[in-house]
Amino acid sequence: MNLLPSPETIAALVKIGLLVGGLMTAAAYLVLVERWMAAWVQDRKGPNRVGIPLTKVRLFGLGQPLADGLKIILKEDFTPRHVDKVLYTAAPLVILAASLAIFAAIPFGSVLPPLGIPGLPDPVPFLVAPGLDVGVLWVFALSSIAVYGVLLGGWASNNKYGFLGGLRSSAQLVAYEIPLGLGLLGVVLAAGSLKLDAIMNAQADSGVWYAFAQPLGFVVFLVASFAEAARLPFDLPEAEQELVGGYHTEYSGIKLLLFLVAEFLHMVTAAFLIVIMFLGGWHLWGVTGSAQDITWVQCLIRFGVLSAKILGVILFFMLVRWSWPRFRFDQLMNLAWKVMLPLGLANLVTVAAVEEFRPQLTAALGATGAQVAAVAIPWAVFFLGWIAAGMLTPSGTDNTPIRTSGPLDIEHELVEV
Amino acid sequence: MKPTDPSITWLEEKPLGLAERLYLPLFVSGLTTTARHLVSPKVTVSFPEQRPKVGNPLIYRGVHRLNRDDEGRVKCVACFLCATACPAHCIDIVAAESPWPDREKYPESFHIDELRCIFCGMCEEACPVDAIELTSLLDLTGKSREEMIFDKEKLLSVYDMTKDAEPMKSAALGGTL
Repeated sequence: MNLLPSPETIAALVKIGLLVGGLMTAAAYLVLVERWMAAWVQDRKGPNRVGIPLTKVRLFGLGQPLADGLKIILKEDFTPRHVDKVLYTAAPLVILAASLAIFAAIPFGSVLPPLGIPGLPDPVPFLVAPGLDVGVLWVFALSSIAVYGVLLGGWASNNKYGFLGGLRSSAQLVAYEIPLGLGLLGVVLAAGSLKLDAIMNAQADSGVWYAFAQPLGFVVFLVASFAEAARLPFDLPEAEQELVGGYHTEYSGIKLLLFLVAEFLHMVTAAFLIVIMFLGGWHLWGVTGSAQDITWVQCLIRFGVLSAKILGVILFFMLVRWSWPRFRFDQLMNLAWKVMLPLGLANLVTVAAVEEFRPQLTAALGATGAQVAAVAIPWAVFFLGWIAAGMLTPSGTDNTPIRTSGPLDIEHELVEV
Repeated sequence: MKPTDPSITWLEEKPLGLAERLYLPLFVSGLTTTARHLVSPKVTVSFPEQRPKVGNPLIYRGVHRLNRDDEGRVKCVACFLCATACPAHCIDIVAAESPWPDREKYPESFHIDELRCIFCGMCEEACPVDAIELTSLLDLTGKSREEMIFDKEKLLSVYDMTKDAEPMKSAALGGTL
């Protein structure tokens, strides 16, 4: 009996090691980037002092994540007496495990060129679980489990702010899962696969990213992923000004760190999904070559293109944080149910119709004409739908005071004694 | 007060136009504002390397100094007006008979507890001979509480340190000499 792990297992373990290490480092450095962006937008300089420890080398503050991490790990891990201890401890573990496990199905590059190692399938894809046919479902199932972490944390804290944060989070995430799923369905319909690498390859083959072919789906998915990652302007679960810290009010030390890292990983996941499903993944016209021939240079270029796009989306996430104020909760719900849901449905119907009648379109207009029509029709729907949503949907509840005095009004007169 | 009270002027919110309802102009203006600030010059002063600019050093209220007269003697005549005016009671003066013929008293010792001081400038206001002044030194640090109680020598040395950068205010502000 052969007790040695198979080459495939070793390859998977190497990928997991690279991915987890990379993600944790990325999350730490994204915190620094976020602080820089916050500072620059506010005309400050941001953290620029911490460099190599015990020396005077500053490196523009690149040592900051290490200092931040050490500080929060060394802090007291305080558990209040009034919490449900089991669930309180489980919550940060659940949320972090779920947000890390998501990356099993997310490709972080294209494929390696053939290595020639016996027992390894060639070429080796940049994906921990390459055979997973339901990659998209896996991602969405696990991102829903991450919500349980938030809920558990809020509820087990036995604290009104934590509870309100958890409550808001559950309502918000349930509401935005639907537009998120609708935006996704259009892409799945067009690509004909639930595999994320197949979705990327489909965009690379046709050269038309789904952001151009399905603008409405792109907008709906983008807005919904902001809400799903609980980033501003949809960060109601935390809403420092109203809820102290929301669901993690009662957490400190390393448990709080796990929550914060998981939150950042949510944003990274959202950026990965946006890039992979709508912005062409590793594809860039004229640079990355076709999906079939792979060299080491191309493999690196594709990895670079994908990373650059993801960084761009993350920077957009961070810039948005300082650009718009937080939504009120009724406005948030209005946006989800009255705007995003109908728009998502419109996108889905359009994509389904275009895909269904593509043979007829090709017969009538020729191959190029059909391609142009397949892009033009969704754009027409995009503009019409957007205008209709703007005209028909109230932006929120009208809360101006009622000015006509009715029979139930109480007289509030100043009485002189 | 009822909503229908005539003394209330109700301001009407402008109804949203088509552009606002489509959210696009708001989207663009929000993003351009933040993007502009992202690259605009920063207001941060990197403190230890870069000194903050003090608007007018003559009216800045920083560390105290005891001025010297033309002969290098302490100007103070130990009249206790500053100690009386001080709301934080941080000035302690021990007066003695002056060794010089032009005044009756002089401070044998003069202590200011810089940790207790609230830098209100009342001592400077009260001084009849412009002997005590607040300089524009703003980074006052020390390693112990004792070190932060400045004695006469220390206060005179602050004068020696700052007299070139900040001439005595009495001349500049037309005060008594």
